Amino acid sequence: MIYIIENYWREFLYSDGYHVTGLAMTLWLLTISCAIGFCLAIPLAILRNSRNPLLWVPVWIYTFVLRGTPLYVQLLIIYTGLYSLDFIRDSAPLAAFFKQGIDCTILAFALNTGAYTTEIFAGAIRDTSFGEVDAGRSLGMSQATLYRRIIIPSALRRALPVYSNEVILMLHSTTLAFTATVPDLLKVANDAYSATYNPFAAYSTVALIYLCVSFTLIFTFRKAEQHFLAFLKP
Amino acid sequence: MFDLAGYGPQIFAGTITTVELSLLSLAVSFIIGLIGASAKLSKSRSAATIATIYTTIIRGVPDLVLMLLIFYSLQIWINDLTDWLNNLQDSIDFEVSLNPFASGVITLGFIYGAYFTETFRGAFMAVPKGQMEAARSFGMKPFLIFRRILFPQMMRYALPGLANNWQVILKATALVSLIGLSDVIKAAQNAGNGTFRTFYFMTIAGIVYLLLTTLSNGVIMLLERKYAVGVRRAAL
Repeated sequence: MIYIIENYWREFLYSDGYHVTGLAMTLWLLTISCAIGFCLAIPLAILRNSRNPLLWVPVWIYTFVLRGTPLYVQLLIIYTGLYSLDFIRDSAPLAAFFKQGIDCTILAFALNTGAYTTEIFAGAIRDTSFGEVDAGRSLGMSQATLYRRIIIPSALRRALPVYSNEVILMLHSTTLAFTATVPDLLKVANDAYSATYNPFAAYSTVALIYLCVSFTLIFTFRKAEQHFLAFLKP
Repeated sequence: MFDLAGYGPQIFAGTITTVELSLLSLAVSFIIGLIGASAKLSKSRSAATIATIYTTIIRGVPDLVLMLLIFYSLQIWINDLTDWLNNLQDSIDFEVSLNPFASGVITLGFIYGAYFTETFRGAFMAVPKGQMEAARSFGMKPFLIFRRILFPQMMRYALPGLANNWQVILKATALVSLIGLSDVIKAAQNAGNGTFRTFYFMTIAGIVYLLLTTLSNGVIMLLERKYAVGVRRAAL
């Protein structure tokens, strides 16, 4: 274990000299996919609660399909599947995008976490107490202002505990990135394992790093909950 | 309906493997979860500490990392153990080799046992104390209390969490193809590589999973109705 840490600490943390690897890559994947998923989820969550079937049915199908299939299958479809289609290979920009493992990984992760986050936010929007909405309406707010000023801020606050779970699960899901040749933490651990034939040391080192990141995230979200959900304190 | 280019039987066999793997892992993690929850709620300080360490570590580390860790290390540990036993007594010479299926079940069961522990702990705590006291006052033995009183009532509270865990296990079996099990994903990959229609076959694998999750949703709804017998719902 000492040998692996001495020889691979730089790869584990940030770089192998040519590429960003390890922890830095994992955190980047987590941040970018959660950011895209978040931006995707807010409008979709509003549409999900619409009364017009033309609006909510497509969103429901999206979340149903992405939550009903494993992320690994989604990643394989996007990374190996799409590139096997002729029209993708024939168009230069699409081919360039889908040839890159990291582009496909981020796309798959963002769509996946977007689906889960949409359902989380949609549930929180649905649970908005009618009093808040009535109060907003009685002040003459338009639908857009109502969402922007009342519903979304309150729903996001109430969704925070569930959303923090989703971010932790997403951190755990980033381990799949190595199957699309992205040099994340697990890829470095695989390299260390094949160089030393010591699976326990290689994988437990990386497990410790993930554990630290998980705890940091949990701690940060708990602080955020104390700040944003202070009004719920007894 | 589908043109499977002769890979139909392979994909079907892969689907069966996936279902078997998930059901066996469910059974293992269910039992670990019951034991873990009892340990967490027990009066023994050391049992509770061990169970807490187990759930904290397992839930903080990605399942794929644990899977690779256990899959590769378990074989080495078993080899060391059998070597040691063989050295102990020269007359016996045996070895155990783990196939990916067995290690998949052990690993998934061990990992999701931690999630089940938390689910069951919450559910056991939700059963009113008076139920236990009433059962004890009838002179029931601990196991009988568990079987007749605690378990049926606990299941009602645990079902939503269990349903969630089951869906996660079902989707986590996809990872086992990474340690070499011929499940539905492996079959779809083989078919895709053989015919150069990767997209098509991976989509079929996705549809298989979608069918399995939808089907289990139906079963869960039936179970929820069964365990909610005798509970009066508020009319909203």
